[in-house]
Amino acid sequence: MLDTATHRHHHLPDRPGVGYKPQHFAAIMEAPAPVEWFEIHAENYMGDGGRPLAQLRHLAERFAISVHGVGLSIGGEAPLDRDHLARLKHLTGWLQPARFSEHLAWSTHDTQFLNDLLPLPYTAQTLTRVADHIDQVQEALGRQMLLENPSTYLAFAESDMPETAFLAEIARRTGCGLLLDVNNVFVSATNQQTDPRAYIDAFPLHLVGEIHLGGHDEDADDHGAPLLIDSHGATVVDPVWALYAYTIARTGPRPTLIEWDNDVPDWPVLAAEAARAAAVLDRVPA
Amino acid sequence: MTVRQHDFTTALLNPAAPVPHGLTGPAGRPAGKRFNVYRNNVAVSLTEALKTAFPVLRALVGDAFFEAMAGVFLRDNPPESPLMMHYGAQMPGFLAGFAPVRHLAYLPDIARLELALRESYHAKDATPVAPEVLLALPPDRLMQARLRLAPALRLLQAPFPVASIWLAHRQADAPKPAMRPEAALITRPGFDPVVSALPPGGGAFVAGLLSGQPLAPALAMAEAETPDFDLTETLGLLISGQAIIAIEEKVLL
Repeated sequence: MLDTATHRHHHLPDRPGVGYKPQHFAAIMEAPAPVEWFEIHAENYMGDGGRPLAQLRHLAERFAISVHGVGLSIGGEAPLDRDHLARLKHLTGWLQPARFSEHLAWSTHDTQFLNDLLPLPYTAQTLTRVADHIDQVQEALGRQMLLENPSTYLAFAESDMPETAFLAEIARRTGCGLLLDVNNVFVSATNQQTDPRAYIDAFPLHLVGEIHLGGHDEDADDHGAPLLIDSHGATVVDPVWALYAYTIARTGPRPTLIEWDNDVPDWPVLAAEAARAAAVLDRVPA
Repeated sequence: MTVRQHDFTTALLNPAAPVPHGLTGPAGRPAGKRFNVYRNNVAVSLTEALKTAFPVLRALVGDAFFEAMAGVFLRDNPPESPLMMHYGAQMPGFLAGFAPVRHLAYLPDIARLELALRESYHAKDATPVAPEVLLALPPDRLMQARLRLAPALRLLQAPFPVASIWLAHRQADAPKPAMRPEAALITRPGFDPVVSALPPGGGAFVAGLLSGQPLAPALAMAEAETPDFDLTETLGLLISGQAIIAIEEKVLL
């Protein structure tokens, strides 16, 4: 009998993946195509047992898994939560996922977890802090992590370097890879009134280990300027698909995730989004 | 101008507080409404987590009231851990002190039951003892044995019919709850927790087993409370709930 633990899927294929939702388990087991891998939110799989862990074990036998943390607060002023780091080490230890990623953001202050990805200024001081935290994560987990670019709604007057330069320098200092969320690029660029293609051009694309695509909502700020909100609750819009094709033409095929976390639709809707990503990937030479 | 995360957090949790200086929109204008996106994200995501955690509590007080109450709760009780599966543990205490619902004295116990259900859902797996093994044991040996119970089992003894109220909101054919003290038992056969109302005395019996008593003294505790305690029904619920995971007998030398 094959020992499944030694036949894990060690690499994310350069194909479409989808954020895993328990309600899709049966549909996925029956007909996953064109989805070839799944991403889970680490914090949902830190219980002691029951259905979540049982489903995850089944999923991991068939598919490569990417573990995406949403609670580590890497951009926080305070030291990392050692208990939480230990929980992540436990999860990545038994699951042996193909990837682990987290956000360039903070979510914990003092003892309060705010359950949102909050922004930070880009300065020499925050760069040192984030790099130290990433060193600590990579050392604790014994693996390289990917750091994701955030969607932002405002900026800090004190920031003195562009986000792309900040991410590139973090990666240079720590050896981490990057997760490029193309929807976040579009949302942030619209909100900051900058050019999303210029962001892609300035991004260290050779470090991209995974791409995210998702939906957003549209609003306006106090002055009537467009204010896009990263909702993960709708289909990917055409301008984001165009920006994705622009990106993939430069990176070559990369593992590409459809993220849908709110008002989650039935499986065929997600499979159709994944098929659209597959069509873009198919047009690009490897 | 440095914006400390402390000031950001304070403004985030207090909609009346001014937006910290040093946060801007394009062209360097003050962030204004843009900051509200973060305020809204925090309030909505925590409210959603509470709705998921407390479906029957929400049904009992109504959607609009629950939403308003969640807004008060989350500002005084933001999560203390990134594990949202633990969020809301302070809800029973909050309800007991929240003036608009103080007359609904059973609400804290409903919240306790829903927290216990979530704990049960995420509890460690365990293999139950086959019913045949249990039934094959001679009665005198069974009475001296300790029954080890599943990690997913929860017992809630309340001065209100907590299980009956909960069941009346989840099952169309459930009987109308009679106002009396009641013990709720949660078992998890497989992956889905099941709520049962224990018969009178059942709470004392299961509490006895949970404290490590052999069957005979646990039964005596139940009978002290309810002289005509019916062991069969309670034992049947433990067996069908796959809640007995070991029979420990004293080794006689």
